[in-house]
Amino acid sequence: MKILVTAKRVPDPETKIKVNADGTGIEEAGIKWVVNPFDEIAIEQALRIKEAQGEAEVVIVSVGSSDSQEQLRTGLAMGADRAILVSADNPDPTVVSRILEKIVEKESADLVILGKQAIDDDSNEVGQMLAQRLGWPQATFISELEIADGGGSATCVREIDGGLETLSFPLPAVITADLRLNEPRYASLPGIMKARKKPMEEIDAASLGIELGRSVTIVSVEPPPERAAGRVVKNVDELIAALQGEAKVL
Amino acid sequence: MGNVLIYGEHAGGNIPKATAVAVGAAQQIAAASGGDTILALLGNDLGGVKDAAAQLGATKVVCVESADLEHETADIRTLTMKAVAEATGSDTVVFAATTAGKDIAPRLAAAAEAAIASDVTAVNDDGTFVRPMYAGNVFATVKLESDFKVVSVRTTAFEPVEGAAASASEDLSLSIEKPGNAVEFVKLDATVSDRPVLTEAERVVAGGRGLKSGENFTTVLEPLVDALGAAMGASRAAVDAGYVPNDLQVGQTGKVIAPTLYIGVGISGAIQHLAGMKDSKVIVAINKDADAPIFSVADFGLVADLFEAVPELTEKVKALA
Ligand SMILES: Cc1cc2nc3c(=O)[nH]c(=O)nc-3n(C[C@H](O)[C@H](O)[C@H](O)COP(=O)(O)OP(=O)(O)OC[C@H]3O[C@@H](n4cnc5c(N)ncnc54)[C@H](O)[C@@H]3O)c2cc1C
Ligand SMILES: Nc1ncnc2c1ncn2[C@@H]1O[C@H](COP(=O)(O)O)[C@@H](O)[C@H]1O
Repeated sequence: MKILVTAKRVPDPETKIKVNADGTGIEEAGIKWVVNPFDEIAIEQALRIKEAQGEAEVVIVSVGSSDSQEQLRTGLAMGADRAILVSADNPDPTVVSRILEKIVEKESADLVILGKQAIDDDSNEVGQMLAQRLGWPQATFISELEIADGGGSATCVREIDGGLETLSFPLPAVITADLRLNEPRYASLPGIMKARKKPMEEIDAASLGIELGRSVTIVSVEPPPERAAGRVVKNVDELIAALQGEAKVL
Repeated sequence: MGNVLIYGEHAGGNIPKATAVAVGAAQQIAAASGGDTILALLGNDLGGVKDAAAQLGATKVVCVESADLEHETADIRTLTMKAVAEATGSDTVVFAATTAGKDIAPRLAAAAEAAIASDVTAVNDDGTFVRPMYAGNVFATVKLESDFKVVSVRTTAFEPVEGAAASASEDLSLSIEKPGNAVEFVKLDATVSDRPVLTEAERVVAGGRGLKSGENFTTVLEPLVDALGAAMGASRAAVDAGYVPNDLQVGQTGKVIAPTLYIGVGISGAIQHLAGMKDSKVIVAINKDADAPIFSVADFGLVADLFEAVPELTEKVKALA
């Protein structure tokens, strides 16, 4: 079984993000870059499938600049077998899904696991787009996954607005990981050493024969509106008085 | 210019407020393009939902019924929505940014080679859209570079249409072949609650890791929730710890809410949580740590031990009634 997982390079979720001075993007100075947290969960799940099945290959893919090598190394250190960096300049989710379609075909993957959402663009789109392009079943926002029929099918539990939904479908398929699917492992020191020798292939997106122009243009960016400063109340009585009087919500 | 198609959600014979809000957003888009708003209802035996759908203010309701549409699986619904868009001359499809909308909308965008904007918070007159990024730290104005467009809209950012006349309803028969590798619905473990729906409630009391156990959610937080007639919400930490079910999570990667009154109890106010409740009208925080970041967005902050403050608040709220 071959499992493809994705790893996007994003700012650490603890970073305070600010709009840059000319309103074209974010202030990048001082940002620590990490693997998108949902993608760490995707990688962890792929590794668990491999461990359970005994025989599986886990290939990790990132689309972006050569800086993303760092995130691919993290995935390799966690235990992925090899990595593919597809170099592309500022791709949007549509472009990423086109690129991934080509890579999945080239690799003949049986299962693709992505994060449900990249915490930079917050799009929550790529997995669903990829599934459609491939004509494969999709299960998004999953919190449990079971592979059955010796890799022929899968059952997933999804976190949806009204509760938990269970779906089953044949493989190949695309799934996207939610927060409670698993607790990702840390890369061990031997894992980090080994990762240095694992293969990392580089592919130029321009060689894939697809449209690389963005379908969504970012015209401008702005900071969110500020909330007016509030105040500290001394006790419960003062809180109730404020909610009744000033705020008129009680 | 083309029409604007809205994806109509429904469950148990009811249409959620999210869909009514999506119709409101669609009207704004249609006002600029000059087209009609058309609400698509997909299902197996729609029954009374058709009448409910006719009250939401769309120009027309289009119904597609088929046994294959019994459940909300993305593959078959994508193909159906694409066919409905073609049949109704629509060039924009609007979804509510619910889990159903987020599941289907991007798949439809890929099927139609359409550009997509997810979680839209504003529609501009020039046809651009505004959407949050980076957990709401950045709001981007985006232009969709395709004739056919898909958007999902943040349900707290738009209003349902008020006082509209009933719309005409039409049945559409389409022959959509179910793919051989289609997803099969197995079951839904629905969260049942007598309380208001979290995303629609006027008041929300949310609990965090500070509650320390699921039992304390029941014995300490729930009496306040019910005294206020509120919905209950939670931080990710409380859900991860298993104190409450996943569908109570508020935040960047959970539900986005904007009630008239939000009370956060034992929640530190991480940016990922704030992303889901910062637009609430009045924010109250109860936390024993005066430096907790939630106080930076709170209109009224009470620095106190929740195990003392919450029961006292509950009693005093009850006394008001
Ligand atoms: C990719 C990603 C996505 C995320 N998505 C979300 C999301 O959607 N929603 C979300 O909420 N979080 C999300 N998070 C997690 C977020 O970063 C925080 O970890 C989480 O919100 C913290 O939850 P908390 O405030 O309950 O817990 P903590 O941060 O541990 O805070 C507990 C608070 O309780 C207070 N407290 C403790 N005891 C008492 C007492 N007796 N009386 C009064 N106060 C007390 C403490 O002072 C503290 O401030 C996400 C994180 C990541 C990385
Ligand atoms: N540039 C990228 N490289 C690798 N994976 C990506 C990239 N962009 C998005 N993804 C994957 O798609 C998921 C959803 O991203 P998005 O639709 O942008 O929110 C992420 O969690 C990643 O797994």
